[in-house]
Amino acid sequence: MIKGKFIDNLPKIYGIYTGGFLGFIILMAIAEGAGMSAKMIGIFFVAFTVFIYALIGYLSRTLQVDAYYVAGRQVPTVFNGMATAADWMSGASFVAMAGGIYFKGYGYMALLVGWTGGYVLVASLLAPYLRKFGCYTVPDFIGTRYGGNLARLSAVIVLTVASFTYVTAQINATGTIASVALDIPFNIAVYVGLASILMCSMLGGMRAVTWTQVAQYIVLIIAYLIPVFWISNKIGAGFFPHFMLADEVARIAELEGQFGFVKNSASDLATVPKGLAGITKAHSDVNTTPWKFISLAVCMMAGTASLPHVMMRYFTTPSVKAARRSVGWSLFFIFLLYSSAPMLATLSKLSLMDPNLPTGIIGKSIADVQAIDWYQNWNQANLMFVSDFNGNGTLELNEFFMGGKAVVLATPEVAGLPYVISGLVAAGGMAAAMSTADGLVLAISNALSHDIYYKIINPKAETAKRLIVARVLLVIIGFAGATIAALEIQGILGSVIWAFDFAMSGLFFPLVLGVWWKRANAQGAVAGMLLGLASGTAYLVWVRNGGAGFWGVTQLTFGIVGSLVSLISMIVVSLLTKAPDSATQKMVDEVRIPSGKTVLGKQH
Amino acid sequence: MSKQEQHWEKTRNLLFITLAIWFVFSIGIFFFATEMNASSIKPFGYPLTYWFTCQGSLGIFVILIFWFAGRQEKIDEEFGFTEREDD
Repeated sequence: MIKGKFIDNLPKIYGIYTGGFLGFIILMAIAEGAGMSAKMIGIFFVAFTVFIYALIGYLSRTLQVDAYYVAGRQVPTVFNGMATAADWMSGASFVAMAGGIYFKGYGYMALLVGWTGGYVLVASLLAPYLRKFGCYTVPDFIGTRYGGNLARLSAVIVLTVASFTYVTAQINATGTIASVALDIPFNIAVYVGLASILMCSMLGGMRAVTWTQVAQYIVLIIAYLIPVFWISNKIGAGFFPHFMLADEVARIAELEGQFGFVKNSASDLATVPKGLAGITKAHSDVNTTPWKFISLAVCMMAGTASLPHVMMRYFTTPSVKAARRSVGWSLFFIFLLYSSAPMLATLSKLSLMDPNLPTGIIGKSIADVQAIDWYQNWNQANLMFVSDFNGNGTLELNEFFMGGKAVVLATPEVAGLPYVISGLVAAGGMAAAMSTADGLVLAISNALSHDIYYKIINPKAETAKRLIVARVLLVIIGFAGATIAALEIQGILGSVIWAFDFAMSGLFFPLVLGVWWKRANAQGAVAGMLLGLASGTAYLVWVRNGGAGFWGVTQLTFGIVGSLVSLISMIVVSLLTKAPDSATQKMVDEVRIPSGKTVLGKQH
Repeated sequence: MSKQEQHWEKTRNLLFITLAIWFVFSIGIFFFATEMNASSIKPFGYPLTYWFTCQGSLGIFVILIFWFAGRQEKIDEEFGFTEREDD
């Protein structure tokens, strides 16, 4: 059926794969009709998809350095776009974002703008130039452009701090889904998630991660869009929700006015399980302080352009031109999901709130709500809670609480869709979290194995040894991430936002100025990275411990402080010290044109 | 001015235009969020600011990147810096 090279047959292979997956969904639907239990459907969905990813990971195993680090630089534009979209859309996008919008409304939609607008910066400021450079990792660029092990080491430090913060959140997400779908305790589920992640990346490095990410994108986009369209049609909101939910958005505002936002007392709130939240903000009303929205969007955009696991996806394209176009495709594939998240939040909210819908629970008696099947399931998982604070026997808007991550996962059940859809959504969330975790773990371990071990400690190491070191580090980092994830220090969305701020504090200006300012030198870059990271972290610690902060910068936007310090120290120190030598200047000139050889050789 | 300097000047100008458009739709308009939401312009019936945050700006970014890539390819071609296919 398939002749010739794998790369030439990609559309056919993934076409068959998509058809197979749709067939699997139908099969599960038939099984549900025949009486298969909800639990079994969930297990089948998660286990089957994870098995497929692991199989792809195994088939992509490699013993070559450039296949391991940059997938042999032969990933076609559109497929790299899909892989980047999966790499990018994490548990935070899939599981948590619609939840954030659900609870906080417009304010949280800054994430939608920030997490897409950043790609304009990636395409215009960085990706094509870094591709021309021919590096394996982001610190590889910093180390070669500025010269010296100190610059390389500083870049590895920033990369590790940012990516590690991010990866714990993703392992947390895989753990949450695995624990709900497979019905096992969270702190064991975390390691089940980890095992699946490692199976995809260990044998084939970037090559394996690329082809599993494409497969994961297909699963996650199907899993996100089907419920949105289905619910919209079911409640008669419109056949194409993205263009037809205006009435529903208006209806939510009307209901919000009717129910009112009653503020709960502190003693009442103390009885609500940790991590659950109620609806306290209007759905589509804008905040009166635009800065809050804008500062969060700015941090997410600059963070996007500094996160190494995204940047390194553009090292895998065949050419500079392909890298540029690939950024456009990435954003297109991301757009498909992001433009649907507010629609899902709207539909989910309306399903619960509208007394005219059979699924509406606000205004019903508390005893009735507590008797609903899905309520009992999610309450048991500690992700849903109701309590009769005012003692009137009916459920008020301020008496209903839900975990942010439950909004996407529970909505199909709440809206009364068959359980097969819930299983599908669980598989989608798993795909989103796994694909990002894979990219991140690989980014960290590649930086440590290539930049620290090979470039600094043992430049004479032979290929086999380099790849063994890379794999050992991959496993160690995965375990460290899972151990910290099991502690649950910060929610999924919070950790992810921090990761962006860390990356922005330390890497944004050193990367951008490396291409766009020839005068930038090693001393300046080191000062920029280390002082930026240090000041951002200091600000975060200060605000977390009750510090007042300034300029309205919160613990979610500390990257603004970090990156400003980074920019200023980088310029000042660069100008105070010697200009880069002519070889470096020539190298920058070379990077600025697409034609000719890459700065670093094919194998280095 | 050498060929390479001219190429870089054009590239830089393209960057400035791209970033200006990016700035307007990612930051600029949101300073006027309250005014925009109250306006009578309602794409598909949504309040204007709400629409920009969940569809408008996002879609504009996608188009902007493809437009940018196309323009940059033209600039590279003009100065003969396009990659050879067998590279």
